[in-house]
Amino acid sequence: MRRWFLAPTASMLAVLFFAPMLIIVAYSLLARGVYGGVTDDWTLESYRRLLDPLYGAILLRTLTLSTVATVLCLVLGFPLALFISRSGSRKNVYLQLVMIPFWTSFLVRTYAWMFLLRDTGLINSALLALGVISEPLPLLYNNGAVLVGLVYSFLPFVVLPLFATLERLDKSLLEAAADLGARPWEAVLRVVVPLCAPAFRAGAVLTFIPCLGAYLTPDLLGGGKTVMAGNLIQNQFTTARDWPFGSAVSLVLMAVVMVLLIVSMRSQREDLL
Amino acid sequence: MNTVLELRNVSKHFGQHRAVDDVSLTVERGAFYALLGPSGCGKTTTLRLVAGFEEATSGDVVLSGERINHLKPYERTVSTVFQSYALFPHMTARANVEFGLRRKRVPEAEIRKRVTDVFSLVQLSSKADSLPQQLSGGEKQRVALARSLVLEPTLLLLDEPLSALDPNLRKQVRGELKALQRRTGVTFIFVTHDQEEALSMSDTIALMHKGKLEQVGTPQELYLQPKSRFVAGFLGAVNWLGAVGVRPEATRITKSTPGANARPAVVQASTFLGSAVHVEAKLASGETVVSEVSRLDGTYVAGDNVHVWWHPADELRPGS
Amino acid sequence: MKRLLPLYAVAAFAFLHLPLLVLAVFSVNSSRFTVWQGFSLRWYEAALADAQLAQAAWNSLLIALAATVISTAIGTICAYGLWKGRSPVVSGSLYTTLVTPEIVMGVALLAFFQWAFRFLHVQLGMHTVVLAHVMFSVAYVVIVVMARLRTVDPALEEAALDLGGTEWDAFRLVTLPQLWPAVASAGLLAFTISFDDYVITSMVAGVDSETLPMVIYAMARRGANPVVNAISTMIVVGLGVLIVVSERLRTS
Repeated sequence: MRRWFLAPTASMLAVLFFAPMLIIVAYSLLARGVYGGVTDDWTLESYRRLLDPLYGAILLRTLTLSTVATVLCLVLGFPLALFISRSGSRKNVYLQLVMIPFWTSFLVRTYAWMFLLRDTGLINSALLALGVISEPLPLLYNNGAVLVGLVYSFLPFVVLPLFATLERLDKSLLEAAADLGARPWEAVLRVVVPLCAPAFRAGAVLTFIPCLGAYLTPDLLGGGKTVMAGNLIQNQFTTARDWPFGSAVSLVLMAVVMVLLIVSMRSQREDLL
Repeated sequence: MNTVLELRNVSKHFGQHRAVDDVSLTVERGAFYALLGPSGCGKTTTLRLVAGFEEATSGDVVLSGERINHLKPYERTVSTVFQSYALFPHMTARANVEFGLRRKRVPEAEIRKRVTDVFSLVQLSSKADSLPQQLSGGEKQRVALARSLVLEPTLLLLDEPLSALDPNLRKQVRGELKALQRRTGVTFIFVTHDQEEALSMSDTIALMHKGKLEQVGTPQELYLQPKSRFVAGFLGAVNWLGAVGVRPEATRITKSTPGANARPAVVQASTFLGSAVHVEAKLASGETVVSEVSRLDGTYVAGDNVHVWWHPADELRPGS
Repeated sequence: MKRLLPLYAVAAFAFLHLPLLVLAVFSVNSSRFTVWQGFSLRWYEAALADAQLAQAAWNSLLIALAATVISTAIGTICAYGLWKGRSPVVSGSLYTTLVTPEIVMGVALLAFFQWAFRFLHVQLGMHTVVLAHVMFSVAYVVIVVMARLRTVDPALEEAALDLGGTEWDAFRLVTLPQLWPAVASAGLLAFTISFDDYVITSMVAGVDSETLPMVIYAMARRGANPVVNAISTMIVVGLGVLIVVSERLRTS
């Protein structure tokens, strides 16, 4: 009986998710067609090209930017989550203030940083007008801008799980720490932070994975150069017309994401035990 | 036909687990029948088999002479009062009670009449248009009862009817349920883990343990003539002396010269419980016997030399 | 630390909100340069008068409405099915769609559509965009509706059956009435996600099915254009209202 309820979604997933992924797997093993698309020749050429140091640099940059962005999100997000968990009746308002902008428009929020960081953008205009600088600073179209964009985009992903754990924390633990002579910051560092370890892990995964697959942020803020893996994939399917190679990169990215997820779910189960 | 429900060798297995194991029983028309037992004994599963939410793995569920194993819940003339009452939260009490009648396509005028009548039967006419959230626990139960009774079922099933209520309310509701059953004449089967509830409310008790029926009988039969140590121990406290048991309230203690059957003992401890006192005394033969005596029958202190005695007729000899 | 934490929070909220506020402020700046020269609605007038923007907005609206109706319907039914009996395969697959990077999803759908169109004689267009949007929205709908279903007492449907209703009666008379705020919330969420999508849409849209995000993207890439500020502010405010309403419904 319940199969009728699941059938529409299951068929939708089969046709619009699994079939496309299978096509990508197939394409990654085919040869590139002259005018784009693929031919009927099977080959591992695409995967061999992945080993080229040129692409290694892109993958390395993707990993580095994702790691730094994740760490920044965790470090910057924790005090904010702590503040919200201590703000009594206004907790929900603050949470909404964190989450609602996130859900409005990813594109607009990314563009907003273009507006701020451009040579003719707000920050440069303000600094020029105040006489602090005589020439605009190159704030946009570099790794730093991409990093700012990533942190801005995914900070809310860290705040939620941290807040959930902090809220459930036994308040008497902090009182006990104070009673034993710990100053407030010591209590937070030595008692609260360790107890939030599972939430940190969850938040890290929730941030790292979207960062790995980021496309729009490095595209708009990184200046159209091939900054991260996502840009590489898009490039292969449009300008470069190398669908097999693009497919291979996509699958490698998917594999990394799935491995991370499985590892994190295993460790989450251990947390629950 | 006086038998409303008959279970013939009914079993329900969930994989390897035998939730109900070869249970056979009959329920007479107009009875207030209890399925009693500790949690996990299969009493709730048995109830769900009768209601139609589970299908028996083997055996026959026979209602008014008809085998109903394969009938869906909405095809049976059996109605259930759930432990949480399961009142539809988006409907008023009245709409809840009308629900079953509407499914049967009963004409409007008859619906109105039957609903009004059942609300006065459960004494809740003033709250008919309230939403479930606005009602107290006891009121919700009355709506649930009304909702089921208005359909004039052959059998009314109640799943732990008193467990969701305030303890102080329970005694009162026990009496109200009994009165309701007498007034309507509907056969009630209820599930409980509380032996006091079962003893005080039912005409017949079926005690279950690990899926099997331990004993079926009147409250007096189960309490005074238990067929096994489990039955004896479940329905009340027992002092076991070898194969023979004596209930604490059946024992007497005396400091003065004893009659026949008296056993010398030394008081170990005495606990004041209000109207009664529990006296622990160690017999010369080594066993410790707990006696329940009225507080007006004297005070006992550890170290007192006493005699403990009881009528042989009050001995429990399960298994013989 | 008692004093530092609120200060930090102010800074953090500023970081999270200033970019959009700045956009909004400069969208009413009369100058096209990033120097405040007085209040003006000219950029809004220009945005509303732009034919390309209007057509793109209309496309986005149609696509979002179609995708929302479809994904909310099948997602709600799916959540109900999962509530009645778990299916690790379906749940796992839905979860995978959530974690798959959008660009990978986009290229995979593009490859699939191109391959399928060899047999179907169809082109990329509004319909392919709608299909793609349904695909990535269903998981969100299932999550929102499922969360509400978990608060529903399963005994209620059993009671409905017990009182003579069929399984269909139980769903439509007992469960669905309790569910509709969550369904509405999920629908609004699906609409927002669909309206705003750029990455996947850009890969599977046809020549004549330009959406609003695609136009905004092109304008943003081309350089400083205050009209972008105006249209961006309108989008954020519009979608923001929808999200607030969605949240109210979800937690009601």
